[in-house]
Amino acid sequence: MAKVTLSSIAKSFGPTKVLGGIDLDIADGEFLTLVGPSGCGKSTLIRIIAGLEHQDGGSVAIGGSRVDQLRPHERRVAMVFQSYALYPHMSVGANIALPLTMSRLSLWQRLPLLRQLSRRRRSVMRGIEADVAAVAEQLQLDHLLDRKPAQLSGGQRQRVALGRAMVRNPDVFLMDEPLSNLDAKLRVHMRTELAELHKRLGTTFIYVTHDQVEAMTMSDRVAMMDAGAVLQLGTPSELYEKPASLKVAQFIGSPAINLLPATVIGGGRLELFGRPLALAVPLPQGQAVALGIRSEALSLAQGEPGEGGRASFSARLRRKENLGAEYILHFDHAGHDAVNVTMRTSPAVAAGLHETAVVTLGFDEAAAHLFAADGHRIEPRGHGVMTGSVVPLRA
Amino acid sequence: MTLAQASPADFARPARRRIRIERLTGLGFALPAFVLLLLTMLLPLAVLLWLSLTNYEFGGVDMDWVGLANFQKALADPIIRRSLVNTLLYVAIVVPGGVLGALLIAVLVHRRTRTRSFYEVVYFLPVTSTLIAMATVWQFLLHPSLGPVNGLLKGLGIGPVAFLSEPSTALATLAVIGIWQLLGFNMILFLAGLTAIPRDLYEAADIDGCSSGIDRFLTITWPLLGPTTMFVLVTTMITAFKIFDTVAVMTRGGPIGSTEVLLYNIYLEGFQYFHTGYAAALTFIFLAFILVFSAVQTFALDRKVHY
Repeated sequence: MAKVTLSSIAKSFGPTKVLGGIDLDIADGEFLTLVGPSGCGKSTLIRIIAGLEHQDGGSVAIGGSRVDQLRPHERRVAMVFQSYALYPHMSVGANIALPLTMSRLSLWQRLPLLRQLSRRRRSVMRGIEADVAAVAEQLQLDHLLDRKPAQLSGGQRQRVALGRAMVRNPDVFLMDEPLSNLDAKLRVHMRTELAELHKRLGTTFIYVTHDQVEAMTMSDRVAMMDAGAVLQLGTPSELYEKPASLKVAQFIGSPAINLLPATVIGGGRLELFGRPLALAVPLPQGQAVALGIRSEALSLAQGEPGEGGRASFSARLRRKENLGAEYILHFDHAGHDAVNVTMRTSPAVAAGLHETAVVTLGFDEAAAHLFAADGHRIEPRGHGVMTGSVVPLRA
Repeated sequence: MTLAQASPADFARPARRRIRIERLTGLGFALPAFVLLLLTMLLPLAVLLWLSLTNYEFGGVDMDWVGLANFQKALADPIIRRSLVNTLLYVAIVVPGGVLGALLIAVLVHRRTRTRSFYEVVYFLPVTSTLIAMATVWQFLLHPSLGPVNGLLKGLGIGPVAFLSEPSTALATLAVIGIWQLLGFNMILFLAGLTAIPRDLYEAADIDGCSSGIDRFLTITWPLLGPTTMFVLVTTMITAFKIFDTVAVMTRGGPIGSTEVLLYNIYLEGFQYFHTGYAAALTFIFLAFILVFSAVQTFALDRKVHY
């Protein structure tokens, strides 16, 4: 068990800059997920922690001591690969045992033929077998120990890869998209298993994924990365409820956040589709602001847009998606084909709407996320101020 | 007629007909390959077998049925026995040299990034050159008084060694030339095998503690090259068993029969002495060896090397 400290890690492949000075503190026993679109540098970062790749600048410390000069196996980390990287010619048992045979036997005790001469080898091998059996039992692999990886299902292979990582009692588990080769149902199941495994072992987990659902469901903290930088570091709910930038808002959450084109009018007030909102921002008049609203924050409003005191606009229903327990309704803003809006709602509400119906959608201004043209989050200054009052902007 | 009213018999007839048509179509597709196999392999083999049971001599107008007399003669012939021993000796030198040497070169070349294609070309060149031409070069290189090899040996205080005219060294020298000829091709095969090993296996091994080159080779490279090694081993054995050109060009079986090999004897019997029937019998013995080689290899080793 150990904390992991990354200080200003930089890495370039030729002229391409992949990581530009990453600082991260990962607490002992924490489950930290690095999430981001492909090419954001998350895999490179985890490979640098593992020692498979060398950083151009900065340093990695595990358990308080720097490991930059250490080989991967000396760093006391274990890694689970996306492809599982099981040794195809070895049985499941031999796959799990390999890290132990490497560390507990000397080179000549491992050499073919010569190894028969060692008497110590037999007792060591017995110890290894016991350890492998213990791990296999935890992962329900005990009946598969003699099989080859090719004879296993995807989920079983995944568990063998986990077993090979667990058997060494590493200080840190590194996982590079371990679930992306599994089918959807198994992935959901393995999410729970991994989270439970983390709880049971209490070891530091660093997990890389491009799937925001995995990031949200398993992690203690999430580091959202893009273009070689950490955009936001926080708990899953922080990322969801207070995205620090437009990219984070767009990446986290499914269906993706709705973005509506708002404009700053006089006094910093915002205007949406020609109607003023009870929101004000410290920006000059005429500036465009992206107004993000989660699909569950939208609801049907009574009457015409602008009535009823909530922010509202009219929209035309294009498609209803039935998810069983709920519906995802896809709208476009009447008159703006480019503005697509999704709303999450109950089957009862969805049943009352026929496709191509034109309705009024409303939301609470407090639920809106505002982003400036450069993508940064802007905190509105008009919360709680009712429509009609003038908001003093220079505070 | 609706589906509910149809009896099974109504479906049975067209179904049976469809199966027959499918079968005929299948046979039709297989026919060209079968005809080719028949014309190019099976028929010549049958002719060979028939010839081997006669005393036919090339150019002769008649022949007699002699039964297995040719085979009896071959098995009792000390020259044939010697050539068989020589051939097997040659195989025993060329196979380990040609396979392990190629593996070593492939592993070394595989690690190069920029110079890799250069080394590939260099090692592959002997494969593309004609041996008849290269034999002259070898003869010069190994010449007892003019050759640079003996010059080098002399500098070390050894020799001179008459590599090709000394009965004790002639076969081994031919084997070295045989290895030189095979290395490039085998190296390419091993390189293909090495490229097919996924990189993350090495990374996983690195994390699991296989940090030294020996560990990596024994844990990952060697086992995963199993299928490639198998293939290289079989083709090298068969190629080595077919040694003919170096013998024909450089030693003609000499000195004192020390480089007489099976194929060279077949050539002598068939094309120099015109004992066509006898040469056919020898060819059958030759084919039997090749068949045994490949059969033993494929059936005995195949199961172990594939994972």
